[in-house]
This record gives sequence, C-alpha cells and structure tokens, in this order.
Amino acid sequence: MTDAASQTASTPNLRPPSRFKEFWSSFKENRGAVIGLFVFLAFLLIAAFAPLLAPYSFDAQDRSALLVPPFWQEGGSTKYLLGTDALGRDLLSRLIYGARFSFFIGLLVVTLASFCGVLIGVIAGFAPNWLDTLIMRLMDIILSFPSLLLALVLVAILGPSLINAMIAIAVVLQPHFVRLTRAAVLTEKSKDYVTAARVAGGRPLRIMFRTVLPNCLAPIIVQAALSFSTAILDTAALGFLGMGAQPPTPEWGTMLAEAREFILRAWWVVTFPGLCILITVLAINLMGDGLRDALDPKLKRS
Amino acid sequence: MLSFLIRRLATFIPTFIGVTIIAFAFIRLLPGDPILLLAGERGVSPERYEQLRQQFGFDQPMWKQYLDYVAGIFQGDLGISFSTKRPVLDEFLTLFPATVELALCAIILATLIGIPAGVIAAVNRGKFFDQALMSSALVGYSMPIFWWALLLIIVFSGTLGWTPVSGRIGLQYFFDTPTGFMLIDSLLSGQSGAFRSAVSHLILPTVALATIPLAVIARQTRSAMLEVLGEDYVRTARAKGMSPMRVNGVHALRNALIPVITVIGLSVGTLLAGAILTETIFSWPGIGKWMVDSIFRRDYQVVQGGLLLIALVVMIVNLIVDVLYGLINPKIRKG
Amino acid sequence: MSLLEIRNLSVDFATASGKFRAVDGVDVTVDQGELLAIVGESGSGKSVSMLALMGLLPWTATVTADKLEFDGHDLRKISGRQRRRIIGKDISMIFQEPMSSLNPAFTIGWQIKESLRKHTNMSRSQRQDRAVELMQQVGIPAPEKRLQAYPHQLSGGMSQRAMIAMALANKPKLLIADEPTTALDVTIQAQILELLTGLQQETGMALVLITHDMGVVAETVQRVQVQYAGQRVELQEVDGLFENPHHPYTAALLAALPERAIEKRLPTIPGVVPGQFDRPQGCLFSPRCKFADARCIAERPTPAGRDLGYALCHYPLIDGQPTGKETAA
Repeated sequence: MTDAASQTASTPNLRPPSRFKEFWSSFKENRGAVIGLFVFLAFLLIAAFAPLLAPYSFDAQDRSALLVPPFWQEGGSTKYLLGTDALGRDLLSRLIYGARFSFFIGLLVVTLASFCGVLIGVIAGFAPNWLDTLIMRLMDIILSFPSLLLALVLVAILGPSLINAMIAIAVVLQPHFVRLTRAAVLTEKSKDYVTAARVAGGRPLRIMFRTVLPNCLAPIIVQAALSFSTAILDTAALGFLGMGAQPPTPEWGTMLAEAREFILRAWWVVTFPGLCILITVLAINLMGDGLRDALDPKLKRS
Repeated sequence: MLSFLIRRLATFIPTFIGVTIIAFAFIRLLPGDPILLLAGERGVSPERYEQLRQQFGFDQPMWKQYLDYVAGIFQGDLGISFSTKRPVLDEFLTLFPATVELALCAIILATLIGIPAGVIAAVNRGKFFDQALMSSALVGYSMPIFWWALLLIIVFSGTLGWTPVSGRIGLQYFFDTPTGFMLIDSLLSGQSGAFRSAVSHLILPTVALATIPLAVIARQTRSAMLEVLGEDYVRTARAKGMSPMRVNGVHALRNALIPVITVIGLSVGTLLAGAILTETIFSWPGIGKWMVDSIFRRDYQVVQGGLLLIALVVMIVNLIVDVLYGLINPKIRKG
Repeated sequence: MSLLEIRNLSVDFATASGKFRAVDGVDVTVDQGELLAIVGESGSGKSVSMLALMGLLPWTATVTADKLEFDGHDLRKISGRQRRRIIGKDISMIFQEPMSSLNPAFTIGWQIKESLRKHTNMSRSQRQDRAVELMQQVGIPAPEKRLQAYPHQLSGGMSQRAMIAMALANKPKLLIADEPTTALDVTIQAQILELLTGLQQETGMALVLITHDMGVVAETVQRVQVQYAGQRVELQEVDGLFENPHHPYTAALLAALPERAIEKRLPTIPGVVPGQFDRPQGCLFSPRCKFADARCIAERPTPAGRDLGYALCHYPLIDGQPTGKETAA
C-alpha cells in the first residue's frame, strides 16, 4: 500500500486508475452483484432477441393443446417446453416476449421518473426558500398516498393501458428522486468548489447542472437501479389487477391475472410468470446493492 | 419536545390541505361528466341532470365547491356510495377493522422475526448464517406479492389443504361483530371452532403481507446493528463484564432500534392504508379490496372519499411514528 | 506477588493484506496499589495490549502469551463467563473518548447501576445510594440530578468523571485508564489526572495509565514503561527515567518535551512508527535512531538488565551516551 503510494508520488505522470476501473474493482468484490449483473445481461439479451428465441409467436393459439403441463410432467410434451395456457398459447414464448415488456417498462419508467425527479430536485435545491418548501410539500402530499393506490387511481383517471400504468408509476416514483437529489444538492452546494465556481462568475444554470449535479450522481444512479425493479414490480401488480397491460399482451403481471382462475388446476401458468418477475427483480436488486456499495458506501437503503 | 410537536403539526396541516385538493380534483380530472360520474348514472333526463347538478353543487363557483367539500369532510360527509347507497364514511368504518387486524398481525409477525434475525446476522457478520439470512431477505424484498400469495394458496390450500382460500371466517359461523376484529369477535361469540376458523383464515394473508416488511426490517436491523457494534459504548458495556446477550441485545440493539422503529412505523402506515394486492387475492373484506372494487365499479364517490381517508390514516400514523421516534431518542426528547 | 503479570504477550491482527503484529512480546507487571504508566506514540500497541488483557479485541485478533495472570487467575485458560466475572469488577477500564464511550440511549445512573447489579447483590435502594456516593467521589455536583441525565447532556469532562464513577463502582483492584485525558480540554486534563491519582491513593487500587504524554507521566506515576512499535523498549522508576534514560527512543521522547528543551527549536523524532509493510529487520527503532549502526539495522536487540531499565537496545545509553559499541565493533 505504502509502496504503491510512494511510487505514484515519485512518478507524477503515472495516472491514478480511472473512475470506472476503481468502481469496477470494488463492484466485482461483491459476488451477488456480479451474479445479478449476469442475470440482468441475460434478461437483456432475451428481451432483445425475443422473436429469434421464442419457438412460437406470443399469441399463436393451439386449440388442441389447452393447459398442457410442462414437458417433464405427465401429459406434457417437448413441443411446449413449459406447457400452454388456457387458450393453448405456448407459455415459454409468452414469457420470452414478456421480458421485452418488462425491460421497456423499467427503462421508460426510470427515465421518466429520474429525469423529472432530478430536474425538480435540482431546482428545489437552488430555489428560494418558498419555492423549495412548496415543492417539498407537494412531494410529501404525493408520498402520503400508498404508491400502488395512487397509481391505481391515476390509471383510473387516464384509462387502463400499459402506457398509462407506466406514467402513473413514474409519477409515484419521482418524489424519491426529488428528495434524494435535493438532499445531495444541498450538501454539495455548501462546498468550496461551488463557491469558487460562483466567484468565477459561472452562470446559475451552468453551476446547477454542470458543476453541482455530476457530484450528486452516485445516490441517484443507485436509486435509479433500485427503481428499475420497483417499476417492473408495480407495473406487473397493476397488470395483475387488470389496470395495466391488457390481454393478450404477454406482460408477466397480466399473464398472472389471466392464470389466476387456474391456480388449483394448472400450477405452471401461475408459477412461471411470477418466477420470471422474481428473478428479474432479484437480479436488479442484487446489482443495485453492489452499485450502492461500490459508488457510495455511506448510502443506506431504507 | 413541545416545539418539536408544534413543528411537526405545522407540516401536517398543509399536507392535509393538499390531500383534500387532490381528492377534490380527482373527480373533476376523470374523463367524462363529473356530475354523472358522481351519481353513477348515465343517460339521464335534463331535469334529473339539473337536479344532480344542484345536489352536488356544480352550479357554484369552483372555490365555493371546494370549501363546501372541505366543510363536508369536517362533518363526516364524504358522499354516498351509489352501489350500496350507504355513506362512504360508514362503509370505511365497517371495513377498516378488517384491514387493521390483518396489518397489525403482519407487522407483529414481521417485527418478531425481522429484528432478531437482523441482530443475529449482524453479530455473525460474514458467516454462513448471515449470508443465508440476507440472501433470503433480498428474495423476500424482491418478491412480487401477488404471485407469492398465489403460491401460498397453491401449496397450503390446494396441495396440503390446511388453510381456506379466502374470507375471514368459515361460512357456517354467524355472529355479531361488536369490535370488528374477527379474532376477538369469534372468541366473544362463544361458538366452538369459530376462533380456530378465524385464525386459519388469517394465516396466509398475514404471511403474504408480512413478507416485504419482514425483509426490510431484517435488512435495516442488520445494517443499524453493524453500525452500532463498532461504537465505543459497546466496548464500554463489554468492559463492564456484560454478557454478549446483554451487550448485543440491550446496549447495541437499543440504539440500533431508533432507525428500525421508523421503518416499522412507516410500513404500518402503508399496510393500514390497505394491502391492496393481498386483500384482493384473499378476498379479505378490508379497505384495500374496497378501493379496488370501487374503481372497477366506477363508484367514484367511494374512490374519492377512500383516497382522502387512506391518506389521512397514513399521515396520522406517520405523525405518531415521528412522535414515538422523539420519545425513544433521548437527543430529541430533552435536547 | 504481583497483581498483574504479563509475559511475552503478542497480538496479531488478521488483515486483508496478511497478518499484522500490533503487540510484540511485551511484558507488563503491576503490583497491588501501584501506579504504572505505559508511554508511547500512537500505534505503539499500548492500548491493544490492555484491550487484550480485558478480552475486548475483535475476533480478527489472535492473542498469545507465556503468562497472563491477574490476581491468581490465569486469563489464558479462563472461560468467557469466568472472565466476565472479573472484568468490570476487579479490573475496569476507562477510555479515550468519554463522550462516545457512554451509551446515548440510557441515563448515567442506569449505566452505573447496571454494573452494580451485575457484580453485586445490592438492592435497588443500595444501588441508588452507591451511585450517588460514586458521583460525589468523582466530584460531580448535584449527583441525584445528574444520575438522571443522558450522556449528551454532559460535557466531556463530566462524561469522563461519570466513566470513572462507573469504573470504580465495584471497587476494582486495577483500573486501566486508556489515554483518559487526550480528548479533553487542557484545563480539564489536569483535573481528571488529579482525580485519578487521588482516587488511586484513596482506594488503594492499582492504576495503569496509558498515555503518549511524557509530561503527564512526570507528575503522576511511580514506574514508567515505554513502548515502541508493539515492543517494550524501557521500564524504569520515574525519577531514574527522567534523569538517565537508557533507550534512545526514551531519550528522544524526553528531549521533545517543551519544558526540557535546551535549544531554540524543539527537537522532534524524524520519521513515523513502522507500519505493517515497513517493519525493519533489526531493531525497530533503528531507522529513526541517531545512534544506529549496521548491527542495529541487521540484528534484533535483546533487553538489557534491570540496572539499564531493560532497555531493548544494542547500545543502551548511560548519561546520554551509547555504551558497548567498542566491544561490539
């Protein structure tokens, strides 16, 4: 340790490890996070190449094969590896296509929620006192409704569809980004380099988004990763309640809702979609934990 | 402490006003004619329409409508459900005990398992038990509850046949429900087997609902304990010759509990607000299921009133949690 | 017979980059009612050796010793339960940071009485009386009121007094004070030291004072043990040590005292205590010693005799001059 330090000191043109390298070396120490990352990458590939991977189309029905069990069970066949649903659709194909929906849901919701949330958060952090208070009260109000209930009501206003469910969940998620960003901005704002930038005559917008914001990114990135899993979970929940994606969309939550009446007759139509949700969410959470430890050891998830 | 209370109340009131505005605006944001939505009627005659318009006060200016609405809230008038023709507040009060019963059981279960699990994991940091426990906690945390509940039903109701699938009590039992809590009422009824039936109906929903809070509490307890175990006063306690049990369970835990209690309190708020998914799946007649059913039935007076009441419950619980937090944290209490 | 006898105590810490020896073959002897000071820079292993005695080291530490005996108990063989009957009763310890050493969630009174409840059969009211008595003994005004206070309501000096009261609760035979004044204001430091030495004489307990401040030592203690990089380098009566230090490190420490400075500039000891990766092969002090020669760099010294203060040096100093160089060369 000491040796390395003295070496760097004696050869000043030797660069310290890049930020990414430093991040990666502490990220890969966490075995769970690396597993999570690989599962997530697999999930991404499946989502990207769904039409190539799926043996059938997600809405192709085979009237002669309704509720066929998975191949290893009696009555199952290798024609439908994970069995079929009540309309004779191949479960495996639907699950593979479902990965696409989940991925887009996560991506879109997180992009929407984090973009709006960070923007509002930065503004609140720099705004005069009254505006800051107003914004934070507003966020308090949103947070005093249980998130799923508020999303449900928003969907009731907008009309049940996948897009509206995603918008509703983004609305429900963004107060967390606002709070986090504002807190980080307030801490950074009082530091000397910001004062220096001010004294140097930096324009307010530049100071807000170029000087301060990049230094607040660590907790925001972690929150974004964790929100990705919340978005998938909540959209699936809305789909399950019939307020999200509508049949025959092969969204995992919606598939569960369709399968509900068969729970005691055909376990596979219920088990597999949920398992997909669980594995995806778990992988993202593992990754998020690793990200948090690597980027900001002080940050705690509450 | 008093100034802390006053400050806390000062944030309560604007939030409450905000919530009433949202509830008020909700009905007016819905696509369609709010008058017809509130009445739950369609294709009415012009005379009936005019009558409804006056009944709901839509002939008044907007600010007057809002003030009337708020005045109504303070008199307990939250509208009438068109599907049951009963006042919304009455319906809420009938159903709320079912939710409270379920939520309390779940939070007690989660606390009783979560805190000791978190403590043991922290004390055995990095060892097998810690890793196994924290892995399960992460799985629990990532669990889609609606699916988990279905799995529980498949295994315990379907395959094993141990527990009923839905409801609060067997259909053969019929008795008054003075408290609204089925566990208590079934005991009071004196009917043999009623209590057993109530318990067996409660088990699966409780487990399903407790899963996520349990995982959160265990994780939070562990991280709080890890932080506290490195503190100087823990070493002092050991230097006094205290047993590991007492050092970890009293000296460390008492300090670690402060953040954990906040987490528990906040999840009580969310659970009391209606375990929407769990209640729907187990047909548990609580306010979560009530809200979902009302949304599907387009019973918008119920949705509007329920939204307000639920937000109010969450706000009050959070207020109580903050006060409790002040009570257990001596730095706030006296400082 | 000595109250405390430690022979060849070593403590190793398992770290990510291998083993680190924090204490290296240290001997400590304390007699009944004696006042011993252990002096050294940060990182000299003085706290660690006492924490090892108390059994307060984390699990990453391995403790070995030829002898670790307190009041007739062999602390190496004793079970955890038996050790906890001695710790906090016959041996007690106070720490560097009084503010963080008291549990913020409990009142001072609760914390003092807890110790009494654990180690005595006193009744509730007896415990209250004893707590009040202790608070008076350590000079805390309005003891009844202060017993109900939480630690954050006390100042640093008051907290350390409360810590002392807690440590004295069961009339220990040995009190270990680990840099008890370092974190306090200078004006308070003298008060706390005076309190400790006064209590030591009053109660007849033995007191081990761990410090890095030679000035503190001169006024208070009987014997001084100087430690460097986990080793004991010298042990002497306080008068002898100040008059005629036998180890170059002790001499350098003394020369660095402001009140003893003879030149205009205060002399310092160049360099730092060796860490995990730069431990010298020979004498650990050789890189910083102005008398060091090739033998010092290559060979580990062995302690000198009693008359030379057990100095861990190839050429122990007498009157500031190294001896034995000619014969070795």
